[in-house]
Amino acid sequence: MHSARTLLTEFYVSPYRGAIARARRDEDDLFMLLVFSELMGVPNPAAYFTLELQPILLERFHEWHQRMGLEHSPLDGFRCC
Amino acid sequence: MSAVILAVVGLGAMFLGYRFYSKFIAEKIYRLDPDFVTPAHAMRDDVDYVPTHRFVLWGHHFTAVAGAAPIVGPGIAVIWGWGPAFLWVVIGTMFFAGVHDFGAIWASVRNRAKSVGALTGDVVSQRSRTLFMIVIFLLLLMVNAVFSVVIARELITMPSSVIPVWSAVAVALVIGVLIYKVKVGIFWPTVVGTIILYAVIYLGEIVPVSVPDEFLGLQPGAQWILILFAYAAVASMLPVWLLLQPRDYINGIQLFVGLGLLYGALLLANPTVVAPMLNTNVPAGAPPIIPLLFVTIACGAISGFHGLVGSGTTSKQLNKEPDARFVGYLGSFGEGSLALATIIATTAGFASLADWEAMYTSFGQGGVTAFVQGGASILSTLGLPVAFGQTLLTVMAVLFAGTTMDAGVRLQRYIVQEWGGIYGIPALQNGYVATMVAVGACLVLAFGAGGADGTGGMLIWPLFGTTNQLLAGLTLLVISVILVKLGRPSRYTMVPMVFVLGMSFLAAVYQLWDLYRTGQYLLVFLDLLIIVAAVLVMLEAVSAFNRERQAARSAA
Repeated sequence: MHSARTLLTEFYVSPYRGAIARARRDEDDLFMLLVFSELMGVPNPAAYFTLELQPILLERFHEWHQRMGLEHSPLDGFRCC
Repeated sequence: MSAVILAVVGLGAMFLGYRFYSKFIAEKIYRLDPDFVTPAHAMRDDVDYVPTHRFVLWGHHFTAVAGAAPIVGPGIAVIWGWGPAFLWVVIGTMFFAGVHDFGAIWASVRNRAKSVGALTGDVVSQRSRTLFMIVIFLLLLMVNAVFSVVIARELITMPSSVIPVWSAVAVALVIGVLIYKVKVGIFWPTVVGTIILYAVIYLGEIVPVSVPDEFLGLQPGAQWILILFAYAAVASMLPVWLLLQPRDYINGIQLFVGLGLLYGALLLANPTVVAPMLNTNVPAGAPPIIPLLFVTIACGAISGFHGLVGSGTTSKQLNKEPDARFVGYLGSFGEGSLALATIIATTAGFASLADWEAMYTSFGQGGVTAFVQGGASILSTLGLPVAFGQTLLTVMAVLFAGTTMDAGVRLQRYIVQEWGGIYGIPALQNGYVATMVAVGACLVLAFGAGGADGTGGMLIWPLFGTTNQLLAGLTLLVISVILVKLGRPSRYTMVPMVFVLGMSFLAAVYQLWDLYRTGQYLLVFLDLLIIVAAVLVMLEAVSAFNRERQAARSAA
């Protein structure tokens, strides 16, 4: 019963795992853009709150710039590696 | 002729094909290695590349490739009698489709899980990669146009199916939300969703729905086609977890239920095949059996679409290389069994030869309608009322076609967006614009072929088959070239390649004459494109083989 349930879940999840993960990543990237917008010269009225989020996003930011083909952080004020 | 014998012989032969022929291919030709590290392990990212249990993978592969096409094709092709359709489905599955599907997965797994399209560019030539894209676009265009016509036709013939068909969309939406947002386990949504799906069939019988005979000058067929494409456009832009994923899932379940019901009823009823083995009384105007049989039945015998699935998603999830045989060969076995069930339903589900001939009055008749009528009369031995059985099978066929349309429109949108990127047209890169372009092209084809009522769309069916075979030919070409490069015998893929390319070329030439004669100029243009593509594929094949042979000679 347990393994049947696992198989069924896999049958549901696996064909679209990639598509959903990519869609989610796009949304996350947009959110990151909002958080880092001040650093790129885009005024952000919520900067007071998003500033606190920057360290939390540090790791994801590192992944992002590597995914974009940039070896090091492109932002002067925010170095991750 | 007893239908059970037909089923046993057909399924038995396909099983022997799996047991012996696929084993031979796996050991001697593709030489599958249990120690080979598949891309699912080597490039594992737990997103695209995930080692997956072979049963699950087979389930996907099978449900992704089997849809409405193995119902429509054989449903039309039995017009020449059950014999030719039966032989082509069985032999096609054993020696063509099995090797093709299995080979596409193998070739992809051995090349970092690249798709057949990318492999064409690598092993054949960059030109053939462009050709590949064009053939795929044509294929998607025709699939969407032809399925919209099929669905419209069925919704008009069976008004009782309208509510169940659209309820399935609602059921899918609810399942999607339950699983992704509410985080419910899979089990109960599956059970309750399936029960609701069958329960609403009763509701559909009580409340049949028809569109008005004329609305804004549009006939019912045209109204449904417009509604379907409006729906497909919206559906293709929704997040996949919300609609496409649960819909695919429910369809998969439906496919297993449907096949189980059909073969179960068949065993109990053992109906007699009333259609002739070789129809000597073919209605006037029907095209010649050779080459048209081989493009009328594409899915169910061999279909290029499978290579796209096999090399697109399946190869990224293959746990061990020997699983390719199980997933690929048995995937086409599954589709062959659906085609076989269709052949039996459309030839043994009628009371007499006269009834059968009344259904097949001209070429392009039958199809899903014959499957529904014949299948329902066989299902009635299980105690299901005939009307209920008819609605059930209609709903099933329409859901298969509908899901293919959803996915087809989405894929077409991606291609349009990609072209927008390549040629620097920002407007085309916009999701909404690209969807409109994709849907617009399909609508032009659906209406352009056969007038404003949109009923002439079935004319495209053989063209669709031809394109599908061309794609299969291209995939077999890639596999053959890889085999030649490895210095292994390539005749097991080369002979099917020459056969399908030859038949689709002949079929395209015949249709050119036929369509010109009947004044279908839009389709003449489309057919010309297909012929040009077919000739180019053959030229590419010859040049690739010559090049490889010379390379082998100079190396020796």
